[in-house]
Amino acid sequence: MKSKKPSIPYIIWMVVFTMIPLVMIGITAFTDKQGNFSLEPFQKAFFYTDVFLKSFWIALLSTAISLLLAYPLAYLINRMKKSTQTTVIMLLMIPMWMNFLLRIYAWRTLLQHDGPLDTALSLLGIHGTYMGNTAAVVLGMVYEYLPFMVLPIYTVMGKIDNSLIEAAQDLGSNSFAVFRKVILPLSIPGVISGITMVFVPSASTFLVAQYLGGTDDIMIGDVIDKIFWTDQNTGAAISLILMIFIFIFLILMNFFGDEEAIA
Amino acid sequence: MKKTLSIILAAVIAASATAALSGCGGQKEDKGEVNVYNWGEYVANGEDGLMNVIDEFEKETGIKVNYTTYETNEELYNMLKNSNVSYDVIVPSEYMISKLINENMLLELNFDNIPNYEHITDRFKKLPCDKEGKYTVAYSWGVTCMVYDKTKVKQKPTSWNALWDESLKGDILMFNNSRDAMAIAMQLCGIDPSSCTKEDVDIAAKKLKEQKPLLKAYVMDQVFNEMENSQSAIAPYYAGDIATMLENNEDLDYALPEDGSNLFYDAMCIPNCSKNKENAEAFINFMQKPEIAADNCRYLRYGSPNKEAIELLEEDIRESELTFPSEEYLNKCYTFSNVPDEIYAYMQEQFVKIQAD
Repeated sequence: MKSKKPSIPYIIWMVVFTMIPLVMIGITAFTDKQGNFSLEPFQKAFFYTDVFLKSFWIALLSTAISLLLAYPLAYLINRMKKSTQTTVIMLLMIPMWMNFLLRIYAWRTLLQHDGPLDTALSLLGIHGTYMGNTAAVVLGMVYEYLPFMVLPIYTVMGKIDNSLIEAAQDLGSNSFAVFRKVILPLSIPGVISGITMVFVPSASTFLVAQYLGGTDDIMIGDVIDKIFWTDQNTGAAISLILMIFIFIFLILMNFFGDEEAIA
Repeated sequence: MKKTLSIILAAVIAASATAALSGCGGQKEDKGEVNVYNWGEYVANGEDGLMNVIDEFEKETGIKVNYTTYETNEELYNMLKNSNVSYDVIVPSEYMISKLINENMLLELNFDNIPNYEHITDRFKKLPCDKEGKYTVAYSWGVTCMVYDKTKVKQKPTSWNALWDESLKGDILMFNNSRDAMAIAMQLCGIDPSSCTKEDVDIAAKKLKEQKPLLKAYVMDQVFNEMENSQSAIAPYYAGDIATMLENNEDLDYALPEDGSNLFYDAMCIPNCSKNKENAEAFINFMQKPEIAADNCRYLRYGSPNKEAIELLEEDIRESELTFPSEEYLNKCYTFSNVPDEIYAYMQEQFVKIQAD
């Protein structure tokens, strides 16, 4: 029988840093300031329904755009020489070594009035500010999370057995049919994990909208941040609701994943 | 194999322990340490030809400084309340000081250990949040005012009303901080922010809602980038920081609202979790040495409460209305010291709702 001892540190870690905080958030969400049981935090949380919807909308949009950009990219990288592949993946990773706030700050400068983009476009006679709207927020998110979409798809595609592709070709498939019947279905697990890795953090992110968006672009992460200053109960309730939605989303994704695997 | 390894390990540990111990004994005398918890970027740090104040203190006293920083008063409060970390010197703002005093979280200072306290001007000796002056030594102070771009705003504003100017729609910035934003709105509605009620907060919230469509964004630190790079027309901010912005962009100018504004100050205190009270008092005393306080003022551009330090400052800083507004102006200002917790929580909630709406 295998010893369970090596897993003990991990179990302790899980209990201390995952289980206990979760329970504490749960308790805080269901109590009032005096510590008595109360549903008031949830009532208050309902005020922010619109912000919830907006956050999910921004997250979905960012995820969809990331997927559209990442999938062909991952496919192209996989067809390159092995050494080039490593270089390209490296180039994708390097920006992530920098602090994400710094990169968002850089985007502000790029998009601002008289910034590089504005200067370039004004040569064509178009003049304006490209910051302070929802599109800028989505752009920031896509930039931020694109590598998280590329990497899983790239990895999964790289594992596709070449003989399957050759077999399809031998049986008379043209390259589109090879892609549709072999590569696409086999890369779905990568797409699923990519979607999860982009959607979950972008739905709960904060500061990006505050830095790149206008006054109407506030996301649920920002609300949680601000509410926590003075009202931890409502903050915990909103966090809990967010977690539940993300959980439902993950279940749905898993469900799709399994379906594909069976087919 | 395992056994030999553990023996070697034990030997190494023992050796390093003795080395560490003898190392301590080798020094002249162990003066202990002091845990300072301060705002970020709030002491002269050796740049721009100024002293590195923390290093100077360590050199002069032999006390080791463990220096950590926070970004908001609330962060400070939560650390004091909910963690076991021990701090010896903290620098909260006026409203947080009254809250900490109310909750018995500060220790009384022994002013025999802080002789430099005599340099503090009278206005900052018995602060409204600490009327008997038992717990605090003022560190810095300032007012809120407006910074505007002369190319976009033709006439020097005289009132906060300029932040509601329809003709500047989409070019106005506003505090992303409930307390400061609400205070401006309250002042415009004729309410005294220092003694506001929930109804007053509702009125101010309504005023801020009217302003929202005119705004470019709610900002805090981003205001530097926005104003210095001529991205926006006008913004309210802390006067000391506006002095810094003015140095970086010639098109900028400042405007103090004629009917007064918010006078805020931060003061050094010792929380009751302190384990090195005497060292803490030594640190507070050191920070009020005229040449140290003067360098901190040069660095911060916030007002110094230390009259000897003011004497040492260059004329342009001493005469600057942003760093040292006139006594007359200060008398028109209000301070936020005793707003009850629940009103503040309500303010914050309403402010988030304005943004979320």
